[in-house]
Amino acid sequence: MGAGTDVVLRLDAITKRFGGLVANDAISLSLRKGEVIALLGENGAGKTTLMNILFGQYTADSGSVAVMGQTLPPGNSRAALEAGVGMVHQHFTLADNMSVQENITLGVDPLLAPGLNRAAARKRILDLAERFHLAVHPDARVGSLSVGERQRVEILKALYRDMKVLILDEPTAVLTPQETDDLFATLRQAVASGLSIIFISHKLHEVMAIAHRVVVLRHGRLVGEVATEDTDKSALSAMMMGGAEARAPEVSRTEPGRALMELRGVSTPNIGNAPGLKDVTLSLRAGQILGLAGVSGNGQAALAEVVGGQRKPGSGTLVLNDAPPTAWTPRDAVRRGIARIPEDRHKTGTISDFDLTENAILERYKGTPFSSHGWLNWRAARRFADEIIQKYDVRCPGADTRIRLLSGGNMQKLILGRVLEAAPQIILANQPVRGLDIGAVNYVHSQLLAARDRGAAVLLISEDLDEITRLSDVIHVISEGRLSPGFARGQKSPAELGIWMAGQGFADAS
Amino acid sequence: MEILEILFTASFWAAAIRIATPLILGTLGELICERAGVLNLGIEGIMVAGAFAGWMAVYSGTGLWMGVAVAMGVGMLFGLLHSILTVPFGLSQHVVGLGVTLLATSSTYYAYRLALPEVTSPPKITAFQPYEIPVLSDLPLVGPALFSQTPFTYLAFVLVLAVSLILFRTPLGLAVRAAGENPAAVAAQGLSVTAIRMGAVIVGSGFMAMGGAFLTMSAFDSFFFEMVNGRGWICIALVVFGSWMPGKALLGAVLFAAFDALQIRVQQTEFGADIPYQIFLMMPYILSILALILMSRRAQVPAALMVPFNKGER
Repeated sequence: MGAGTDVVLRLDAITKRFGGLVANDAISLSLRKGEVIALLGENGAGKTTLMNILFGQYTADSGSVAVMGQTLPPGNSRAALEAGVGMVHQHFTLADNMSVQENITLGVDPLLAPGLNRAAARKRILDLAERFHLAVHPDARVGSLSVGERQRVEILKALYRDMKVLILDEPTAVLTPQETDDLFATLRQAVASGLSIIFISHKLHEVMAIAHRVVVLRHGRLVGEVATEDTDKSALSAMMMGGAEARAPEVSRTEPGRALMELRGVSTPNIGNAPGLKDVTLSLRAGQILGLAGVSGNGQAALAEVVGGQRKPGSGTLVLNDAPPTAWTPRDAVRRGIARIPEDRHKTGTISDFDLTENAILERYKGTPFSSHGWLNWRAARRFADEIIQKYDVRCPGADTRIRLLSGGNMQKLILGRVLEAAPQIILANQPVRGLDIGAVNYVHSQLLAARDRGAAVLLISEDLDEITRLSDVIHVISEGRLSPGFARGQKSPAELGIWMAGQGFADAS
Repeated sequence: MEILEILFTASFWAAAIRIATPLILGTLGELICERAGVLNLGIEGIMVAGAFAGWMAVYSGTGLWMGVAVAMGVGMLFGLLHSILTVPFGLSQHVVGLGVTLLATSSTYYAYRLALPEVTSPPKITAFQPYEIPVLSDLPLVGPALFSQTPFTYLAFVLVLAVSLILFRTPLGLAVRAAGENPAAVAAQGLSVTAIRMGAVIVGSGFMAMGGAFLTMSAFDSFFFEMVNGRGWICIALVVFGSWMPGKALLGAVLFAAFDALQIRVQQTEFGADIPYQIFLMMPYILSILALILMSRRAQVPAALMVPFNKGER
C-alpha cells in the first residue's frame, strides 16, 4: 500500500501474545481519511485486542501504530486520544450520576485549569448535536437516558474532541432498527466531513450497508480484506468461519399445544427507572417459542421476574397449568418445571468463584439426587456436571474448574445444559446468545428449537430482532411495560416491529 | 421553655460552631476521598495523629500555622499509605481503613510516650485565640456566634467553599467526581484513575488531620488520649447525611454540634436534673441517626464508591 497522504491511521505488523496464545499475529492495516472499514470476526478472533492496542490500553509485543504519520508511544491512551483516536466501547464509559455535558467535557481541559467554561462547552455541544442530528440535552442526567441516547452521548464525546478516527465496538447491538438507521445517517454525515471509522460488528448486513472495506480476522490473523462492493454476505461469512459456512438451524413449523402458563392482566410497580408491567396478557403454549422483542429496559426484566418467580404480580393473575400457584418464589418456579437462562450469566446465572459442579446444581441442590437428608451428594453432582460437559460440549479443563475461567460461550453451554437436563416445561431464555460467536449462537438456538419440538414452551427475550423473527412462532413487542398483541411468524416486517418497539401502535399511544 | 431560651443565646451557637469545626474538617476530608471512590476509615486514627502532631509541633516551638501545616503533612502521609494499599493494590478499603486507624492511633500514643516520657499531665500550649471580625462581629446573635471564632474555624469554612468550587467548577473536580462514579469513563479519556484517587485520598487525609489538630490547638490547648472520641466515625455518617455535598455536610456538622451543645446545657436545667446524664449524652447520636435515616434515603451515593479499578479489566 502506498504512503498516500490521506492515510490517517496505520497499524504495522502488530503482534500480541497472552502466554501461549497469539491474540494478534502480525496484523497490518491502514485507514484513509473519510473511510469506513468494518472489522469482522468471531469472538476471540482478536478484534478487541487489536483495538485495545490501537487505543493504548495494551502494549503490543511488536509492531507499531501511527496516526497521521506519527508513531504513537505504545500503551498510552492519552497519546492516542490526543492524536485523535476515539473509541465508543460496547459497554459505554459514562458516569450515570453526572450530566451529559459533564460526561462530554470530562478530561478535555487540563486538570489544573482554573475553571470550566460551561457556557462555551454547552454551545459547542448543542451545535454538534444539531449538525449531526444527535438529539440529547446537555443537562440531562445520563442515568435517565435510554441506551440509544447514551450512545449519542458517546459519539458526541468523540465529535467534541475533533477525533480523526472513531472506533465503534458493536454499536448497533442495543438499538432498534430505526435507531440503527439514524446512527448510520449520522455516521455517513461525519464521514463526509472527514472522519474515519473502524466499525466492529458481526452483523453482516450492517457491515455491507455502512463499510467501504471489510477486514476479516480469524484466530488472531488477518484472513481477508475486500472492498464491500466486491463481496457479499455469504463470502464474508465463509471468510469469518474459515470455509465452513455457518448454518443457522432449520426452523420447522409446529402446532402449538395447550397453554402452560398464562398471564392475565398482570401489572407490577415501576422500580426506579425500570418500568413495571402494564396490564400484560400472554400465554406460553407447549411446543411454541414466544419471542419478546423490545429495546432493553422496557419491562423485560419485570416480565422475566414474574415468570421466574422472583416477583409476584402486583395485580392480575398468573395461571400455571390452569390454576394460579399458591406460592410463587424462584424455588416454586423451578419445582413447577420452569427453567431460566438468566439475562446476565455472570451476575445471576453463575457464581464466578464456584466450580462447574457447584454451578451445575445451583438450582436443584436441595432435591434428589443431589442431596438427601440434608447432606449433599457430591458424587451425583459431579456425575451430573460431567454429563453436561460432555453432552453440551463445554470446553474446560474439568468439572472442578472455577467457572470464571470459562469463555462466555462455554459458560452459556453449562447453563443451557443445567436448564435442559431438568426437562423443563417452560424455558425462560433471556438474551440467551448475547456476546456469543456464531457457532455458539447456532448451537444454543438449535437446542431451544429441540426443546420446543419436544413440547416445551419457550419465552425468548432478546434485543436482537433478527434472532426474534427467526426463531419465534409468536412475537410480542414490549414497550414501557406494555405488550403488543401477538403477531404470527412473518406477519410483521422488522421495520413494522421497530415501530412498535419505539412505542407507537399501542392503544394509549399519543 | 428553658430549651427555647437556650436556642436564642449567642453563646450556645458560638459553642455549636466551635464543636462543629473539627467535624466540618473531618467530613470535608472524608467527602473528598469518597467522591473519588475511596472510603477512608482511617479517619479516626488520622484525626488522633493530627491532633498530636499539630500540638507537638507548637510545643516544640513552631508557630501555630506551622503546627497546622505539620498536622496536615502527617495526615497526608497516612493518606499516602492508605491510598497505596487501596488504589494501585486494590485491597479491601474496610480492612485498610481500620488498619490505618489502629496504626495512626497507636503510633501517636507511642510518639507521645517517646516525646514526653516523664510527664504526668500533658503540657499546655498557647492555642489559637478568638478573632472578632470587624463590623460582622457586631451583628446581633450571628456576630458573637459566627464571627468571634478562632481563625482556625474561619479556615474550615473557607475550605468548604473552596472544595465546593473545585469539585463542581473545575476540570479537576469533574475528574475527581467521575473517578467516583465510573472510573472507566475517566480512563477512557486518558486520565489516570490511580493518580486522581490517590491524590484525593492524600488531600482528604490532610483535611482530617487538621480536624484533629483543631481539638488541641483551638478547642483546647493540650493533648489527651481518647480526645478524638469517635468524631471520625461521626464524620463518615455526616458525609452520608450531607449527600456528598460540602455545603450540606457543613450544615449537618453544625446540626450535630448544636445537639451536643444543647444536651450539655439542658443537663444543667431543672428539668434535666431528674434525668440520668447518660440520656443527654446519647441524644446527639440518636437525633443524628434519625436525621441520617430521613436524609440519606434520597442521597446519591458515588456509584463506584469502594470499587477498586484495574486498568484493562472489564
